[in-house]
Amino acid sequence: MTHEKLSMAQALNRALRDAMTDDPSVVVFGEDVGPLGGVFRVTDGLTAQFGEDRCFDTPLAESGIVGVAVGMAMNGLRPVVEMQFDAFAYPAFEQIVSHVAKMRNRTRGRVALPMVIRIPYAGGIGGVEHHCDSSEAYYAHTPGLHVVTPSTPTDAYALLRESIASPDPVVFLEPKKLYWSKEEVELGTRPPAIGRAVVRREGTDATLIAYGPSVPIALEAAEVADREGRSLQVVDLRSIVPFDDETVCAAVRSTGRAVVVAEAAGFASVSSEIVARVTERCFHSLAAPIRRVTGFDIPYPPPKYEHLHLPGVDRVLDAVDDLQWEDS
Amino acid sequence: MPVTLIDADGHPVPETGRALPDEATLRRALASLITARRLNDQAYALVRQGRLAVYPSSHGQEACQVVAAQVLADGDWLFPTYRDTVAVVERGVDPVEALTLLKGDWHCGWDPYEHRVAPHATPLATQLPHAVGVAHAARLRGEPTVVMALCGDGGTSEGDFHEALNFAAVLRAPVVFLIQNNEYAISVPLARQTAAPSLAHKGVGYGIPGERVDGNDAAALLSVLGEAVERARAGGGPQLVEAHTYRMQAHTNADDATRYRADADVEAWVARDPIARLSAYLRVDETAYREQAERVAEHVRDGLNRDVEPDPAQLFAHVYATETPQLREQAAQLTDELDRSLDDEGALR
Ligand SMILES: Cc1ncc(C[n+]2csc(CCOP(=O)(O)OP(=O)(O)O)c2C)c(N)n1
Ligand SMILES: [Mg+2]
Repeated sequence: MTHEKLSMAQALNRALRDAMTDDPSVVVFGEDVGPLGGVFRVTDGLTAQFGEDRCFDTPLAESGIVGVAVGMAMNGLRPVVEMQFDAFAYPAFEQIVSHVAKMRNRTRGRVALPMVIRIPYAGGIGGVEHHCDSSEAYYAHTPGLHVVTPSTPTDAYALLRESIASPDPVVFLEPKKLYWSKEEVELGTRPPAIGRAVVRREGTDATLIAYGPSVPIALEAAEVADREGRSLQVVDLRSIVPFDDETVCAAVRSTGRAVVVAEAAGFASVSSEIVARVTERCFHSLAAPIRRVTGFDIPYPPPKYEHLHLPGVDRVLDAVDDLQWEDS
Repeated sequence: MPVTLIDADGHPVPETGRALPDEATLRRALASLITARRLNDQAYALVRQGRLAVYPSSHGQEACQVVAAQVLADGDWLFPTYRDTVAVVERGVDPVEALTLLKGDWHCGWDPYEHRVAPHATPLATQLPHAVGVAHAARLRGEPTVVMALCGDGGTSEGDFHEALNFAAVLRAPVVFLIQNNEYAISVPLARQTAAPSLAHKGVGYGIPGERVDGNDAAALLSVLGEAVERARAGGGPQLVEAHTYRMQAHTNADDATRYRADADVEAWVARDPIARLSAYLRVDETAYREQAERVAEHVRDGLNRDVEPDPAQLFAHVYATETPQLREQAAQLTDELDRSLDDEGALR
């Protein structure tokens, strides 16, 4: 297996390149993905290498992009489309919810839609409005969609390869603030990651459950807690749908306490779903109610305010402190 | 052919069938164009100095920006995109307020009702149905309002553009849709955006008259847009105007235009500059207008170099008319966090 030091954006680019090389039915399209290589350069060089039929710029219309991808997937291709930013995927919402998610079920399994919708999401980059939404709950709430989100370049590569190969549509959420994070990436086939959470850090006192952009925050909090004498375990979901009840519950049972960390507003969110599922399954293993550390229930704020909004290490550690360590 | 009244060299075009605007009107446009250019370039410089988060410049498109605002009456409305800060300012909004979104202090820095300017729209074409709604409501209320709705060439591909045109036509709403065709949507050239002979043709299918105009000729814009506004005000219904111009700079400071277009393509448009041609026609010395431009630039520098301390309460205050109990709880949590971190800082000292 080969290793290379890659940023998350480069790892995603590599995954697209390798998938397009291995499978001629993989086609990439969207806004500015051609000569420009995408605004985050994830599709850099694909048109030059594979030609315009395999990677092309579309007219500026997200509903059209996803709708056309549905038709192409119905007719033997594997489209991988890019939405330029989280909030700019909303014009495609109807196509995603009414067709992408439902085609298999409507046709009793006769028509599958093997397609990937890539969406740069979440904040932390000082973006102005409509460039920082955490939109995962909309997709996760829609039966029929797989929803995954990497937190490392290695997972970005593996999850994207697997998503492209998947027989079901995948909403692939890319944490923008992690695009430039680098590590040695293992290229080649790896164990399945869709539907599998992973323990990122071992710990014995409490479990932090996070995904995508919040994983580095959870790891940093665990590091600080360690210096303060508390041992925190960190679980990275990677896959929101399907949800890995087994790994998450085993982790929480091992410590008896848990905090969920997520950037999205907490109300009616993926984080609320995590708390509900774990509580239903692990009630007797819990020494305290599971706490959530999330964004506030407000529209994503302007750049000068985002540090007040985003869950940070202190807010995570406050929640950990609240886990009823002593009877009072 | 797009309507041109003053050619790129500053000569009047013969036999256009249209009267040139009078000299006072043209001088007023020129003064604003020079200030507009200064504002664009000042804002761009402030991005490099880290005072603005981002700036989508309308350098080269100032004639469209200025005239779109100048043809409106006080009671009319303007619906701008992220690129139309100059039009917003021409309408009377303080330039510092106009740049609030791009500075990152808040999403919209001005009171939309004060000058009848909607907030900058970033999700493409989504403001166009709103423009139709404001115009239709004005008609129902018996007000003589006309709405100027701005949009880019790329934005014409979005579904909302088409729905807005259709609604405006069916409702006979007094809206002027102005497309600033600057030939690019980030990296994507117009040829990839549409197979139509022109963007003005897009009105045909909806029953809306479409007109093409030279977007770097302020005189032509004054004539065509002025006529469209008066027609709409008189009950003649909506109109679509495609202004042919060019995006002289990258999409924003964050974009690298060398990846998708040649410098020579940009050079070709320097000769069609909207300011040079108007001052050549008027035979005026531009320096006479520089003082006002410098005053505005200085005001912008002062305003943007001032740091506004974010007020945490603002995060929660405007989500609903009345803060929900949950938001009150969250606001209290944030206040508590901030108090404790201040205490910590005190303890360290
Ligand atoms: C719905 C939506 N999709 C994508 C974007 C991202 N985006 C911002 S500006 C832009 C290009 C717009 O081009 P055009 O309409 O020609 O306006 P210009 O920037 O040239 O003024 C794109 C794709 C967006 N803002 N909104
Ligand atoms: Mg454009």
